Amino acid sequence: MTKVYVPRDMAALAVGAKRVLAAIEKEAAARGEAIQIVRNGSRGLLWLEPLVEVETPEGRIGYGNVKPSDVPSLFDAGFLRGGAHPLSIGKVEEHPYWAKQTRVTFERVGVIDPVNLDDYVAHGGGQGLAKAFEIGPAKVIEEVTKSGLRGRGGAGFPAGIKWKTVADAPADRRYVVTNADEGDSGTFADRMVMEGDPFVLIEGMTICGYAIGASKGFIYLRAEYPQCAEVLTEALEAARKAGWLGPNVRGSGFAFDIELRIGAGAYVCGEETSLLESLEGKRGIVRAKPPLPAHVGFMSRPTVVNNVLTLATAPAILAKGGEYYASLGVGRSRGTMPLQIAGNVKFGGLYETPFGLTLGEIVNDIGGGSLSGRPVRAVQCGGPLGAYVPPSLFDTPFDYEAFQKHDSLIGHGGLVVFDDTVDMAQMARFGMEFCAIESCGKCTPCRIGSTRGVETIDRIVEGVDVEANIELLSDLCHTMKFGSLCALGGFAPYPVESALRHYPEDFRKATLPAAAE
Amino acid sequence: MSGAVPWNEARAQEIIDAHLGLEGPALPILHAIQEEFGYVPEAAVPQIAQSLNISRAEMHGVVSFYHDFRRAPAGRHVLKLCRAESCQSMGSEKIAKDFLERVKLEWGGTANDGSLTVEAVYCLGLCAHSPGALYDNEPIGRVDAEMLDELAAEARNS
Repeated sequence: MTKVYVPRDMAALAVGAKRVLAAIEKEAAARGEAIQIVRNGSRGLLWLEPLVEVETPEGRIGYGNVKPSDVPSLFDAGFLRGGAHPLSIGKVEEHPYWAKQTRVTFERVGVIDPVNLDDYVAHGGGQGLAKAFEIGPAKVIEEVTKSGLRGRGGAGFPAGIKWKTVADAPADRRYVVTNADEGDSGTFADRMVMEGDPFVLIEGMTICGYAIGASKGFIYLRAEYPQCAEVLTEALEAARKAGWLGPNVRGSGFAFDIELRIGAGAYVCGEETSLLESLEGKRGIVRAKPPLPAHVGFMSRPTVVNNVLTLATAPAILAKGGEYYASLGVGRSRGTMPLQIAGNVKFGGLYETPFGLTLGEIVNDIGGGSLSGRPVRAVQCGGPLGAYVPPSLFDTPFDYEAFQKHDSLIGHGGLVVFDDTVDMAQMARFGMEFCAIESCGKCTPCRIGSTRGVETIDRIVEGVDVEANIELLSDLCHTMKFGSLCALGGFAPYPVESALRHYPEDFRKATLPAAAE
Repeated sequence: MSGAVPWNEARAQEIIDAHLGLEGPALPILHAIQEEFGYVPEAAVPQIAQSLNISRAEMHGVVSFYHDFRRAPAGRHVLKLCRAESCQSMGSEKIAKDFLERVKLEWGGTANDGSLTVEAVYCLGLCAHSPGALYDNEPIGRVDAEMLDELAAEARNS
């Protein structure tokens, strides 16, 4: 029976994968063709979605941007045997966008049936956990430390050190919490892992739990990902049924289980202490640090809070060795980063690669420039709290430290491309407005500062005391940056300041014509 | 959204009790209440508070903190339009503004005939297909004016 892959990834569904699936099933039935449908995740070649793949003796042949109306002609062209068709992209694994990547965390995403544990194992799943049980908790932490893996949520804190801190903290119980509150605009890597290879997250959390001596884990998933919740629920059930979770994980004697929790639309709950409050059933108000969650976390117990990508990378690190992972990347940014190329861009998608590509290579060579065909004017890196970077800085290599040098951040690896129609004063205003909407309200600089920021930018745009108000805005940014409790208020000034620095003309539109006279 | 049942205190208590064994059960309870009744009725707040042994004020604080918990029922269909940066880079603000004018609604508003509620959302993870939207939890990419008008018409007729 021919295997036909139709993704169940949310992005593929958003462009009609479900209707395409129905059309394929109907057409196959009408023609008496026996097919086996596999609902895989997305390969990450998102501009080609829905990307239908057919398994042939030569490999998997892809057909991109399939519409339901294309389905009869696909059958006519013999697509079940990989037949030629205008939508064919040939062997998916030879497509340059796929072939040039170094897939570690995303090794199986888009390739396997996400909720089939046998498929997971057949593609190398489970080896990391087996290795962990073989070498023991202390060596697991050593291996993760050796790999140089840093927290992929944005802060970039070394994962091994966090795990060791929790393991060493005396406690009656400890917790592993996955931060799956992926709220940054331009990011979807967490979602794609969870929808395309949920077992890798389950395995990573189990490895972490084993290393730190925790028997309970939580996945805190944002409510905006309903399809993702379905996949995770199916995967958790399958893992429990197969003994990968429960009182005796894979016969090791180690007990571990995972509970899925859904957020409720608060961006600030992506901040780890706010997330913990929310998980405990409270308002998602940020906690002052110290104490760190590694010492006093969920239910006041030592807790590892790691991003999805961080934990989903642990199995590969264990299976392939910390040294292998550390051999990739540049400087202090080791390993790979799943880049998310988004916004006004031609080839939007997910591209996992070692750190060190320049921003220009990512946006122009991989992303193909703007979708509108107009010149690229800005790229926002690292979500709504990240800086806008102009093309003049496109030679900046993608790594934590190089970005920091330009007062930018790589955050969670999201890149949003804007063409030259963007009004940067409006984007700066939105940065402040977003902070005002999402501020938890605990600290004054964030709560009040963001609202004052919106008002000040409005005055600048109207042409009221422009230079004085720009100075006031800069001063306000400074206060927020250094006076806020967490990254929301502390980083909200980055988009604003970068807009002021690189696009000063956008803030002076009201006064420029007068000055020219 | 469809499927919601009228408020029923005994049913609410069953839902609450089913979650009391969880560590930090408040959010799962609120989600389940909203799933059942379509919103979090005012009467549920003291009831949950009492079951969790916290004050009514504390519980009110929790409900009101989160954008997703409704204090009143929504329309029969809910359309969430993304307003985050990636979608803005593809013109989402104008598409949304024009649509809201056509259907005579503000953000968060519900049509007079109760067919549709339109809400703002900040990122749906569909950023390679901006602008993105969720219609009754079904994702939609590359949103344009025509698609939105079709959805509004569909909402009116169902």
